[in-house]
Amino acid sequence: MSGGDIAAIFQGAIMTVSLSVIGILIGMPIGLGLALVRWANIPVAAPMVAVYVSMLRATPLVTLLLLLFFALPNIGVPLDPVSAAILALVMNTSAFNCEVWRSALMNFPKDQYEAAQSVGMRAGQRFRRIVLPQIVLVSLPGLVNEMSLLIKVTPVLAVVGVVDITRAAVRIGAETYEPLPPFLVAIAIYVPIVFALVSLQRWIERRHTTAGAAA
Amino acid sequence: MIHDFGIVWSERALLLSGLANTAILSALSAVAALLLGFGLAPALMSKNPVVSWTARGFVDGMRCVPFLLFAYIVYYGFPTFGVRLDNWTTGLAALTIYNAAYMAEILRGAWVAQPREPIEAGIAFGFSEIRLFRRIILPPLLLSAGPVIGNQMIQIIKDSAFLTIIALPELTHAASSIQSRHYVPFAAFITAVFLYWGLCLLIEAGVSTIGRVADARR
Repeated sequence: MSGGDIAAIFQGAIMTVSLSVIGILIGMPIGLGLALVRWANIPVAAPMVAVYVSMLRATPLVTLLLLLFFALPNIGVPLDPVSAAILALVMNTSAFNCEVWRSALMNFPKDQYEAAQSVGMRAGQRFRRIVLPQIVLVSLPGLVNEMSLLIKVTPVLAVVGVVDITRAAVRIGAETYEPLPPFLVAIAIYVPIVFALVSLQRWIERRHTTAGAAA
Repeated sequence: MIHDFGIVWSERALLLSGLANTAILSALSAVAALLLGFGLAPALMSKNPVVSWTARGFVDGMRCVPFLLFAYIVYYGFPTFGVRLDNWTTGLAALTIYNAAYMAEILRGAWVAQPREPIEAGIAFGFSEIRLFRRIILPPLLLSAGPVIGNQMIQIIKDSAFLTIIALPELTHAASSIQSRHYVPFAAFITAVFLYWGLCLLIEAGVSTIGRVADARR
């Protein structure tokens, strides 16, 4: 394996990281929106969201990705590998994030909400000023956990031809007839990224418990 | 569209064998990973620093590696050490080793959270090590870790789909081959999605039954 090969894997890493970041940035607010639909118990929409979340949480990302990549062009929606990858990541992570947000919303103290109502805050204000700042804090460890899970499933994107870390490693392995070294390089890139997120999550949780103990 | 599902129906034997492979593979590796986890969890809590650090390194390492890359490493790595296995066994080994780390961490968490009093009472009553584990530690441990173990089993089912890359004939692989032969992508993959969903709902139902039993015994 030459230096150029390692550079190719690092170039794949840029793709992997950008797709993950895009997936997280789009998926997180959608997850919050879905959680709000269920929390507010909007007729028709709430049960539909429940079914969507349950189904998406049970679907392996590979299967979802293959479904989108092959079926959407079939019904006239042209889709390149990168858009299929982003769509699959967003659908997947929004379902998981929805559950994190929803559990934070369900545990939100009702008296605070009623207090905000009694001082005459409108629904939008109540949500923005009272609910959101607090549920963000509560949801943070769960959301970071979902981020690390999302990054751990990104090698799947190579299946439809996204040139990410894994695709670069597979190609180099096929060219040099030595598949192990490029995969070890690939793992050496993934481990610190995931480890950083896992440590971040533990750190946030520790801070929460000490803050809780102090209060 | 109806016609497409007709084609999938005509290939139901292939799809069902894929579903069976996914179910058997997941069940076997869940049991094996749980057993390995029971071996690893005490090592994680060991007072001997060499043992606990080795176990901690393995568990944290596995939790940071994507399963798909791990499956590739096992698939290409085993032969270089002279171990030649077929794809099915390789897939089973990869799923089991990988998830053993997660199971060990789950069991450790539940173990640490167990109340000390019943264990000490058991020791005071003169239970031997094995009987103490089997009759005093294990039952409440499994009941309290049940939901999280169930979640991990769902994760195992979803991880097993990655094994399609080493041409293991599981559910996603079956759907893939139906789609490539007849070009019915939507029908083939949506059927697979529903089958995965069914499997996961089955596990969730099992977990909530265990939860009810646990509540009844409390």
